[in-house]
Amino acid sequence: MSMLVLEDVHTHYGKIEALHGVSVEVNKGEIVSLIGANGAGKTTLLMTVCGSPQASSGRVILEGRDITRDPTSSIMRSGIAIVPEGRRVFSGLTVEENLHMGGFFNTKAEIRKSQEHVYELFPRLKEREHQRAGTMSGGEQQMLAIGRALMSKPSMIILDEPSLGLAPLVIKQIFEIIGQLREEGITVFLVEQNAHQALNLADRGYVLETGRIRLQDTGKNLLANPDVQNAYLGG
Amino acid sequence: MPAHNLKHALFCAVVTLIIAFPILGFNLVASGTDIVLEGAKTQTMISVVLAAIVVFLFQLFRDHIMALLGKAPALNPLANREPMEQSKRLKLESTFLTLIIIGALIWPFFVSRGSVDLATLVLIYIMLALGLNVVVGLAGLLDLGYVAFYAVGAYTFALLSQYLGLSFWMALPIGALLAALFGLVLGFPVLRLRGDYLAIVTLGFGEIIRILLNNMTNLTGGPNGIGGIPDPTLFGMEFGRRVKEEGNTSFHETFGIAYSSEHKIIFLYLIALVLAVITALVIRRLMRMPVGRAWEALREDEIAARSLGLSRTGVKLSAFTIGAFFAGFAGTVFASKQGFISPESFVFLESAIILAIVVLGGMGSQIGVILAAIAVTVLPELAREFSEYRMLIFGAAMVLMMVWRPQGLMPMRRIHIELKSQE
Repeated sequence: MSMLVLEDVHTHYGKIEALHGVSVEVNKGEIVSLIGANGAGKTTLLMTVCGSPQASSGRVILEGRDITRDPTSSIMRSGIAIVPEGRRVFSGLTVEENLHMGGFFNTKAEIRKSQEHVYELFPRLKEREHQRAGTMSGGEQQMLAIGRALMSKPSMIILDEPSLGLAPLVIKQIFEIIGQLREEGITVFLVEQNAHQALNLADRGYVLETGRIRLQDTGKNLLANPDVQNAYLGG
Repeated sequence: MPAHNLKHALFCAVVTLIIAFPILGFNLVASGTDIVLEGAKTQTMISVVLAAIVVFLFQLFRDHIMALLGKAPALNPLANREPMEQSKRLKLESTFLTLIIIGALIWPFFVSRGSVDLATLVLIYIMLALGLNVVVGLAGLLDLGYVAFYAVGAYTFALLSQYLGLSFWMALPIGALLAALFGLVLGFPVLRLRGDYLAIVTLGFGEIIRILLNNMTNLTGGPNGIGGIPDPTLFGMEFGRRVKEEGNTSFHETFGIAYSSEHKIIFLYLIALVLAVITALVIRRLMRMPVGRAWEALREDEIAARSLGLSRTGVKLSAFTIGAFFAGFAGTVFASKQGFISPESFVFLESAIILAIVVLGGMGSQIGVILAAIAVTVLPELAREFSEYRMLIFGAAMVLMMVWRPQGLMPMRRIHIELKSQE
């Protein structure tokens, strides 16, 4: 049963085509990694799923429903959550308020429940509950960004470069949490430049090159693939 | 000797001379039918030179002076004070505000007519600034054409009373709603824009409204404006010496007191006060509601806010519309206070002043904005004795303010919203 399907998606920025017919499938309960070099179109692909910019042709299907032409705000309220690149926490708001923003469309009781859950996943956030998000370290902000995305109780979470600019130890921690999300039945779509760890964790992976899917296989097979090793794993 | 400052200090002194000499050094004197240029008194010349010397010395020893000033906060007993707890602070704030409002209610009965009139103007600016505070301070949308909505409110009342004979109380909601409608209609196309682009478009919109009012001569009277705007009535009682409209009674006859023109001024003041308090309370309430948090989230990080499913246009439009609504409110009161309006009252400078109030007060902070509105309106009046220099002083005060306290008089303290655990 597939969670998210992209069928021959083309995306344009003005006249420039950034995605030349991309097809991706993410099944329920899977971790799927998308790897690729700078400028390959990874973030564009995610943004297309979110409807900003919208695909110029092709279809994006979420849980069997065509969302290609839906506005961003309604897509983001239909069981999908994104952790944007560069974390983007609300730096002037406290940790708790950031989490509450994540559950903006939920009832207070639901917010309370998801908040407790997030604190279980990230005990560090509980300690910093009343601290302003902008004053925290990069790793803590990344945890907050993931926690905020989880507040809306999504069935699928999209992470855009969660390891960006973090220390190796913190990256390890973040990837452990991502693995834990799968245990809870949340589908994860992971976009990474950190190919080794991303593929290691993933059930399946895609390699994106200049707007086209070059390879697709299980995570283990991609890791063993000599082309991938040469291009993304430093030989 | 701080030799490295010498060149800089000399330069500053020369600039001081260059600026001060033409302004202060010459006088235009009328002799008969001609105007003659005369040199100023020696005394003035000496002061100019002295000022240049002061600037020179200050710049020369700037490092020392600034180091001394840096120690000054240690003298401030409040500097190291722990921030107050939220519940305590909120309680203190509300008692303080209640006292101020009670004071403001009694005050007009003891002071001169001029002061009450000025206070009414202050209250109008408070309404305007609180409204713009929603747009600029909370939602982070730089609006340079805010005065357009003020004009819409004022002209709505003026035109409705002229053509349909509507009273102040009928026109007040209509003016505010019409201004809000203008905000909504303008908002749709422009809110996709951000930052500088939005500022330019709103600036253009402000000018369009003013120029339209100026040129639709057969409707608005063009540059001649509209006069004879009626005063507000109290339950059908008029405040004039004689009753103008049939069916109304006059205030002083009803209560059997002597006629005084002050009654009307005080009544207008009280209306403005009540409306300003309503404005403040409504916006305060909105700030704590989800829509208020959405404004802030969008200001802090647009991409993050959108990723959480907030609709960018929806949130921005709500801020724009609500801001415009209160500008319409203020405009109606203004029209009624002046009794006469023309496009002259709604020039770009007004937008700039309202924006200055919001920035000076501290973006997003209501009390700060109220204080700044009082300061910006009252200070130029107090400085009247400096006659031609008062705008200069006003400008200098603003520059100093922004250098020393860029966060505003009273920076916004966010109200933390906490969920009470139900155990």
